[in-house]
Amino acid sequence: MTATVKTSYGVAIRDGFAHLLAKHPKAFVMGQGLWSPWYVGNSMTNLEIEFGKERVIDVPVSEVATTGAGIGAALSGYRPIVVHPRVDFMMLAVDQIVTQAAKWRSMFGGDVSVPLVIRGIINRGGEQGAQHSQSLQSWFAHIPGLHVLMPATPRDARDMLIAATLCDDPVLYMDDRWCYELEEELPPAADVSINDIAPLRRRTGKDITLVGCGYTTKLNLEAAELLAALGIEADVIDLRLLNPLKPALVHESAAKTGRMLVVDGDWRSCGLAAEIIAGVAERPELRAGVHCARITHPDAPAPTSKPLEQAFYFTAADIVREARTLCGR
Amino acid sequence: MNQSLTSLADAKAHHEPIAFGDADPVPFVQALHRMVRIRRAEERIAENVATGVIKCPCHLAIGQEAAAVGVAMHLRSTDRAFGAHRSHAHFLAMGGSLDGLFAEVLGRDTGVSRGMGGSMHLAAKEVGFYGSVPIVGASIPIAVGAGLAAQMDKKGDVGVSFFGDGAAEEGSFHESMNLASVMNLPVLFVCENNMFASHLHISLRQPKNVVARYAVAHAMPHATVDGNDVVAVWSALNAAAAAWRAGTGGPFFLEAVTYRWLGHVGHRDDQDVGVARKDDLSDWKGRDPVRRLAESLATVGVLSPKEFAAMESAISDEVSTSWAKALTQPFPEPNALLNRVWAK
Repeated sequence: MTATVKTSYGVAIRDGFAHLLAKHPKAFVMGQGLWSPWYVGNSMTNLEIEFGKERVIDVPVSEVATTGAGIGAALSGYRPIVVHPRVDFMMLAVDQIVTQAAKWRSMFGGDVSVPLVIRGIINRGGEQGAQHSQSLQSWFAHIPGLHVLMPATPRDARDMLIAATLCDDPVLYMDDRWCYELEEELPPAADVSINDIAPLRRRTGKDITLVGCGYTTKLNLEAAELLAALGIEADVIDLRLLNPLKPALVHESAAKTGRMLVVDGDWRSCGLAAEIIAGVAERPELRAGVHCARITHPDAPAPTSKPLEQAFYFTAADIVREARTLCGR
Repeated sequence: MNQSLTSLADAKAHHEPIAFGDADPVPFVQALHRMVRIRRAEERIAENVATGVIKCPCHLAIGQEAAAVGVAMHLRSTDRAFGAHRSHAHFLAMGGSLDGLFAEVLGRDTGVSRGMGGSMHLAAKEVGFYGSVPIVGASIPIAVGAGLAAQMDKKGDVGVSFFGDGAAEEGSFHESMNLASVMNLPVLFVCENNMFASHLHISLRQPKNVVARYAVAHAMPHATVDGNDVVAVWSALNAAAAAWRAGTGGPFFLEAVTYRWLGHVGHRDDQDVGVARKDDLSDWKGRDPVRRLAESLATVGVLSPKEFAAMESAISDEVSTSWAKALTQPFPEPNALLNRVWAK
């Protein structure tokens, strides 16, 4: 019997960094807390010891300067990865992400590259409250020129970090602390192109399409197991790449099942779930035949106290309930 | 440090020809050429803003030419400089294409940003000018990143940030100064203190009018000089530039005190906005960086008034030819809108 070695999502991220730092001399990492054992979970442990503090740089409390410095280094031929240990603090750098990095190619004529990765870690729950719980992928996926990636599995966590770093455009890579304990057996790390990243079908079913990304893919898969026990077979689509959106697989699945439930761990209004549903609604061959619904966070800042958190964060059981309603069962 | 600009902010002071001191005057003939070229180019742009031929917002640096040119005299094409909204002068001082600038402010496909940027988004990577942006303070951290890359490259290059006194009120400025200082990065911070941010005078925006006081706070070597004296600007950077080229240089903060003759944006002189501007503008024109340098070069016998007149005439011809050419250039095709968003 062969022993299998499984890698967790958090360690897989570290494997991605190690691959990049070992194989790509122009890659380097900078961010707050990178020399600390607890800032970024197990996702960067001892990288500065293995690769040197010149390539794994802990920085002052300066989101704007650090992110902007990443752009300047990228324009100078490097492949920087700027780490923001909580998405919420990354908000201080929104000008550099949205108005500088994402615009640079287009506004300077289309030839100049900003090969920058911004890693924003989603780190919510546990009574952390309104200012430690945001993810905001819908905001960022709205921005032309900014790739947005959300890995749902250990393999994607590693490979999408590599793809992001090798991409010639700015990429927002959003990993999720609620996925860090997921485990998977991984092949050796290798270079990956962002062009090869598109939505994936994680489970095949004929009755309903469940669409999600990042942590909600995990919930959708759990829900699909529960639904299967009830005789409802779910097609589970993991979006992976939110911008530019590649909706073909979603539409193919929706056409097959006739029911689509979009699950997104972000707010409802003007959000990603609405965009996915709109993509179905505006296609004549789909709009009449597909019944759609969505599950998102309520349009309120994240709460602190436990009972309110339980009301704010949906679970696989909520997905099952909504899916059964859509299926009339 | 003395936290008042004293005579450097006095519109009635420093009208005399500039002093070369120990400096060789000969290279300043080229400096004068660049300053006049900037002046004439910006005058041409101002005329066409006034008539409506140019539609994009243009922030002109007439009166501030010496700061850009004095800094650029130290730069080389492998350096990486970044500007802001008022960067025609930086672009031209570093050797950017006049044809490309004119085509860009007209939104033409042969512009330096392919007509996608206009006046506020200029770049000439081939001469080391990597880009200008109008979000105040936004390009300062980017220049610091270019300095970080230069430090990693170990080739003696420097990241350069051009910005105004208003940018010193932004958080990005302070974070960037701290980061460059704590990492000892080769970065030149050039603050052109023209005492106005949009319409508001520095006395209404900052408690002291010396911006270099922030360099003290960030433990950074610094100098505050007459920004209308190209020799003073150049001299202030000699030691820092030598250190960068030797690979040992860290950050340096240069404050060049100057004055824009025109308003914040467009062709008007904005005498109706801001304190003191109405009284000071005519006096500041007496502190003309071009006239003072031309007189100095004549005094030391390096460039006669007749030779200067010939220089001016040749530049005027070049500007006219370049402008006429720009007007004939094509606009970008509609597909440029979507084709220039992502790497291929």
